[in-house]
Amino acid sequence: MKTKGLGLRTYTIIYLIVLYAPIIILPLFAFNDATTVAFPLSGFTTKWFAEMMGDVNLRKALVNSLIVSLSTAVIATALGILAARSAVRYSWPGKGIVMGSIMVPLVLPEMIVAMSLLVLLLAMGVKLSLFTIILGHVLICMPFAVAILSSAFQSLDKSLEEAALDLGETGWSTFRLIVLPLVMPGILSSFLITFTISIDEFIIANFLGGGEPVLSVFVFTAFRFPSTVPPVLALGTMLVAFSILLLTIAEYFRRRGVAKAGGKDTGGFL
Amino acid sequence: MANTPSAEAKTGWALVSAPAVYVLLMLAAPLLLVFGLSFAGLEDGSKVSLPLADGQVEQLGFTLSNYGKLFCWSVSESCSSTDVRMAQATANAMGRALMVAGFVTLTTVLLAYPVAYYVSFHVQPSKKALWLFLITIPFWTSYVIRVALWRTILGYDGAVDAALSGLGIIDGQLNVLQYGTLSIIITLSHAYAPFAVLPIFVALEKVDRSLLEAGQDLGESRWTTFLRVTLPLTMSGVVAAVLIVFIPTVGDYVTPELIGSGKVPMIANFIETQMWKLRNQAMGSTLAVSSMLIVAIIATLFVLANRRYLGARK
Repeated sequence: MKTKGLGLRTYTIIYLIVLYAPIIILPLFAFNDATTVAFPLSGFTTKWFAEMMGDVNLRKALVNSLIVSLSTAVIATALGILAARSAVRYSWPGKGIVMGSIMVPLVLPEMIVAMSLLVLLLAMGVKLSLFTIILGHVLICMPFAVAILSSAFQSLDKSLEEAALDLGETGWSTFRLIVLPLVMPGILSSFLITFTISIDEFIIANFLGGGEPVLSVFVFTAFRFPSTVPPVLALGTMLVAFSILLLTIAEYFRRRGVAKAGGKDTGGFL
Repeated sequence: MANTPSAEAKTGWALVSAPAVYVLLMLAAPLLLVFGLSFAGLEDGSKVSLPLADGQVEQLGFTLSNYGKLFCWSVSESCSSTDVRMAQATANAMGRALMVAGFVTLTTVLLAYPVAYYVSFHVQPSKKALWLFLITIPFWTSYVIRVALWRTILGYDGAVDAALSGLGIIDGQLNVLQYGTLSIIITLSHAYAPFAVLPIFVALEKVDRSLLEAGQDLGESRWTTFLRVTLPLTMSGVVAAVLIVFIPTVGDYVTPELIGSGKVPMIANFIETQMWKLRNQAMGSTLAVSSMLIVAIIATLFVLANRRYLGARK
């Protein structure tokens, strides 16, 4: 068995290395002392980071991105809790079609989602702003929130709730005292994942933002002009490191949630 | 608390009402509007640009001319020479999007299967979650950054050229980036790799291991067991992987912009041009609806072609 898996194991490791190649190359050039992004590397510098920190537009984009991503994460997770709780705990007619529709943005190209929302907003005469980005981001983040939270609610033992009700708790206090603490890891994990998706998302942010700069749009624009590439690589390094940190925390909470509810870890967010 | 079915249904509906209304307003309504707009035209023949100016609402009418423009193969009464060029360019962009998505899907699924197989069959159950986490991490980091970095990998003096000339395999510069479509395929295959691994992994996890032992006990080799037992049983995962990679890659916008520098546009770039740059939302909607229709037809045919594998699970 061991020897048979060796070829596959080698292949998988090479696959992973290729998968990570861009992320590994990113910091190499972010610390490279050259204005052109090309091999061979010429020397170590932190000047791109300094240049990035001093950029006023970047700071504005950062603040805007934080506003959008925090709002998106809160709203998408709140809506996700409602949908996941309803789908897992109760049976009602039309569940398949309603839950299916909530998941649709997962399989629609983002350009279609962005452009159809744009058309609606334009037709209604809504001014494009950070708020309209949030509207779009909540839509594309909700499927992820629902997927994560559904598995959190699924691993919940129904008899715990029934016991609380039998002991005289009301429906709401049972939810607050029993259900909520047990699914809290799932809620945190959903919050972090939706935050990450929102801060990285480009298409909706670009077309529904009405010219308000956010990080992903800043990065996209900067990559089109060679002179702004090195500082944006520094920014990218920090964004990727930040994303990986958030994901690791999210994964930690997800696993703790699974362990807490006594379930078996089947792995993965999806 | 809900005890009877109808009370339970009420609680369930009350809970789901907010997310359901949100999806209705932010997804169903916009998609319906796009569908409607694709048949919209103004009586004076000018473009439908939202929001409509005063007096334009009365002029709005039903027309098939937006769709007709897509079929302007030669100059005629209803097709100007601009229309003909436009129709050809659009057909090219759609064809390129389908070809790119086809290659990307083939590459990602073929490369992902052994990885999913390894994690499902050879990794200890306690470590599977960690492996999946490692495979999915790159997918969660900024798409724009990952795509843009391929410029530095494939371009002049990039990582590929540096490695190949360092090893003495090539002498000058390969500069893969200059081959627009090829570099788009490479970049997208990389970006969507985890999408292909996960569904195949899920399908492999469901395979009853005793079936494989039975196959080998009955004298099949490992390879024929794989071909005759494992692969057919996991085709549902392969089909899911194909769809989950194919559909978003057909509609990709960022990669042709950043990697192809806009010189090899795909259909999403055309939709953006009509909807955003030219503010012709009726034509943009027509392109959006037609491309979704084409993708839906291809996806349906693909699922039908594989239905014997999908039905086997029941």
